[in-house]
Amino acid sequence: MFQPAKSLDELLAPIGDGCLLVVPREVSGVPMAATRALVRRGVKRIHLVALPTSSLQADLLIGAGCIETLETSAVSLGEFGPAPRFTAAIKSGAIKMKDATCPALHAALQASEKGVPFMPLRGLIGSDVLKHRDDWKVIDSPFANDGPIVLLPAIKPDVALIHAPMADRFGNVWIGRQRELATMAHAAHKTIATVEKIHDGNLLDDPMLAAGTLPGFYVERIAIAERGAWPLGLPDFYPSDADHLAEYARMAATEEGFAEYLDKYVYEKRAA
Amino acid sequence: MTAHEFRDEELLVDVIARLIGDVRHVAVGNASPIPAAAALIARERGKGRPYVSLLQSRKHNFFTDGARELFDCAGQGRIDVFFLSGGQIDGEGNVNLVSTGDYGHPKVRFPGSFGSAYLYYVVPKVILFRTEHSRRTLVPKVDFISAPGTSDANIYRPGGPVALVTNRCLFNFVNGHFALGSVHPGHTVDEIVENTGFDFEMPASAPQTPAPSPETLKLMREVVAPQLAEVYPQFAAQVFGIGKTAFAR
Repeated sequence: MFQPAKSLDELLAPIGDGCLLVVPREVSGVPMAATRALVRRGVKRIHLVALPTSSLQADLLIGAGCIETLETSAVSLGEFGPAPRFTAAIKSGAIKMKDATCPALHAALQASEKGVPFMPLRGLIGSDVLKHRDDWKVIDSPFANDGPIVLLPAIKPDVALIHAPMADRFGNVWIGRQRELATMAHAAHKTIATVEKIHDGNLLDDPMLAAGTLPGFYVERIAIAERGAWPLGLPDFYPSDADHLAEYARMAATEEGFAEYLDKYVYEKRAA
Repeated sequence: MTAHEFRDEELLVDVIARLIGDVRHVAVGNASPIPAAAALIARERGKGRPYVSLLQSRKHNFFTDGARELFDCAGQGRIDVFFLSGGQIDGEGNVNLVSTGDYGHPKVRFPGSFGSAYLYYVVPKVILFRTEHSRRTLVPKVDFISAPGTSDANIYRPGGPVALVTNRCLFNFVNGHFALGSVHPGHTVDEIVENTGFDFEMPASAPQTPAPSPETLKLMREVVAPQLAEVYPQFAAQVFGIGKTAFAR
């Protein structure tokens, strides 16, 4: 039997300073409760890979000074506007940015899934995204005479941090159709998850659930975090908190406002 | 608003719905409510075809193999139409979703390139879309090429831009450059020249963009708007007056 971690801090212990951490896009279930716990702990020098984009999570981590390097295809608050702390950090040079394009990040993680050193990808040639990535290479296809193609080195994260609807007592995590969470887990050395609840029984025993289950084989630790994606939504379970996100966008527009936001919503333990 | 009046957004939705044409699969990326509405109109008119994939949606998104499935699908040529915008777009169809000024020390930083540096190459019909038609957005040369409008002959490039839709006009992309296609009602050719930072081809006479038909407006407001509200609640509320309670899950 697999005991859920007793606290978020216990769950998050594998994420040390300098960790190469992969997190998912907003619609895949973002572990925001865990992210706030990381900020409270004051984790530093994270190399964050947001697969393939991020919103509040990256902005919060950047604003709180947790990020050294950010590798992603876009950071934005969507309908709530630009991600203010991301934008400020890029302009001040406070973080190292590795601009990517969505399929490049998927492919680089798939390389780790397969245990191969790189993956080829179409597109990119002639883009300044490629120009600013000296870790990406262009070769002539060794097979047909079909021109140059880009090679992307595998991304092998230290930790994948995810939030999912449920897990069981065997460490299996139900991710539904958010299969990129499985890609992240397959690629990472360790996967840690917050979940809304514990499912009675074994998720792999039910064929309807098994197809959407990330086997416990890949999962290092689990903790229960009800409404753990708040203020973002968990699709099919609860919507995002639009009022809160609007408040975040407003407060985070300035450094002072962002500090107030942290005091109000991150450092204060919320009785949720 | 009566059926004979329409909002600027509704005209743009109608223009884009026409550009989509007869295809099998239209995909719409993040932060694109107007293209999303156009894709949903095309699907309503075609009685369920084309397939429409709204990437931010739960309901209007059939992918089950993770976020990469869209890109794998596009790489095989299974996506016919996609939409891109840009903080800057230039006369050669280059789009900039990253920053202005020097990349290392930008004046303005945008969210990032998203899937553009791949999808622009592999989707046959990419419709560029930028509501703000100004010399700030439509520039002689972008400061950062997220994705280029055209590629050298030796580069694998089945895809690329076919048109650019703005709040003032429709440009068609022909032989590596834009040509004025039609001028939206209430706007003039002089005003378009004045507000466009790049050179474009001018036809002998530019037609006016036709207004959306009453049938289209009805379809948009009554059938498409509630579908759109699932993905773009703020937009649906502002443009179509769809209240938040109408789509609560």
